[in-house]
Amino acid sequence: MTFDKVAKILADYRDMEVDQIEMNSKFDDLGLDSLDMVDLVMLLETEFDIEIEIDEKLETVADLVELIDSIKE
Amino acid sequence: MIQTPLCQLLGIEYPILQGAMAWIADASLASAVSNGGGVGIISAMNADADWLRAEIRKAKALTDKPFGVNIMLMSPHADEVAQLVMDEKIQVITTGAGNPSRYISDWIDAGIKVIPVVPSTAIAKRVARSGAVAVIAEGCESGGHIGELTTMTLVPQVCDAVDIPVIAAGGIADGRGIAAVLMLGAAGVQVGTRFLVANECNVHQNYKNKILNAKDIDTITTGKRLGHPVRALKNNFSREFAKQEYNPTISNEEIERMGAGALRKAAVLGDEKDGCFMAGQIAALVNKEQPAAEIIREMFGEAETILGGAGKWVK
Repeated sequence: MTFDKVAKILADYRDMEVDQIEMNSKFDDLGLDSLDMVDLVMLLETEFDIEIEIDEKLETVADLVELIDSIKE
Repeated sequence: MIQTPLCQLLGIEYPILQGAMAWIADASLASAVSNGGGVGIISAMNADADWLRAEIRKAKALTDKPFGVNIMLMSPHADEVAQLVMDEKIQVITTGAGNPSRYISDWIDAGIKVIPVVPSTAIAKRVARSGAVAVIAEGCESGGHIGELTTMTLVPQVCDAVDIPVIAAGGIADGRGIAAVLMLGAAGVQVGTRFLVANECNVHQNYKNKILNAKDIDTITTGKRLGHPVRALKNNFSREFAKQEYNPTISNEEIERMGAGALRKAAVLGDEKDGCFMAGQIAALVNKEQPAAEIIREMFGEAETILGGAGKWVK
């Protein structure tokens, strides 16, 4: 569920098809730098209505999904 | 006289911060800038708490005005210096090279005014939400580690994004620069390169001479391949680094190693060949060694004249 929403927003952000986004997709490989990541996180905050602090480097979509799920709980 | 909300916020006469230049911005320069009516900043760089404590105590002996510390968040000593600035009751902290969120609430609880350097509107919004009292919008005209956007484009966008005062940095070395960024919506400026040649700055004289002799096209950006671009004066080191960056047979680790220690070589040893002389694009406008207080008075005097005459354009 979280993954589907993240994948959709990420695909929009990156001008990709949603089925090109996988759990193990790496942000580096998608060409997203640290500023893009902050931008993306702001979009996700609005979507999930939460505040996301990014202390550690997020490498994969799975890292991001896990972080969002932990905040939602 | 130029007065902005930043003066009241920080208890200062002139709305100016001195940029935190690693290996350069020590107690001597910071206290001179504070005594001149701005906010001097000690760069904590990669140093440990013992070094920083000694610098803070030196600055306290040299000035009773507010001064700040810049915490480089990627420093291996970030945790201990983050605690030290609270113990030493530092008034102002600026942050760079990373995300300040893990320290920001402790600092605010300790009564410290936190002013992060921000390279984008999204980051500006996030630090404002966390309790930053102002932000420094630093354009890529700056020396040292830089972002993508210019001062001209970043400052007004950050001003639109947040309600707290915005301090403009990058490409400001005289009153024209101050006047321009106030018109973009900034409430103050941060200046590095011009303070580097201040009499009270302890950097090696060769470094000062290189700034004083620099021309308009004398800076170059390197390190983009590594994801953290740096602006420095052209010399053997930076030209060689720039060349190797395009060499696909060299690994990122090797490139990284080439840069290690190069700023120290420039600032401490004055090594004109192998040092990395970080400087802003504005270096060519810096032509005179002066006391820090005189630099501040001169810059704001010019800005006042310019802004006072600006009405002539409105018919």
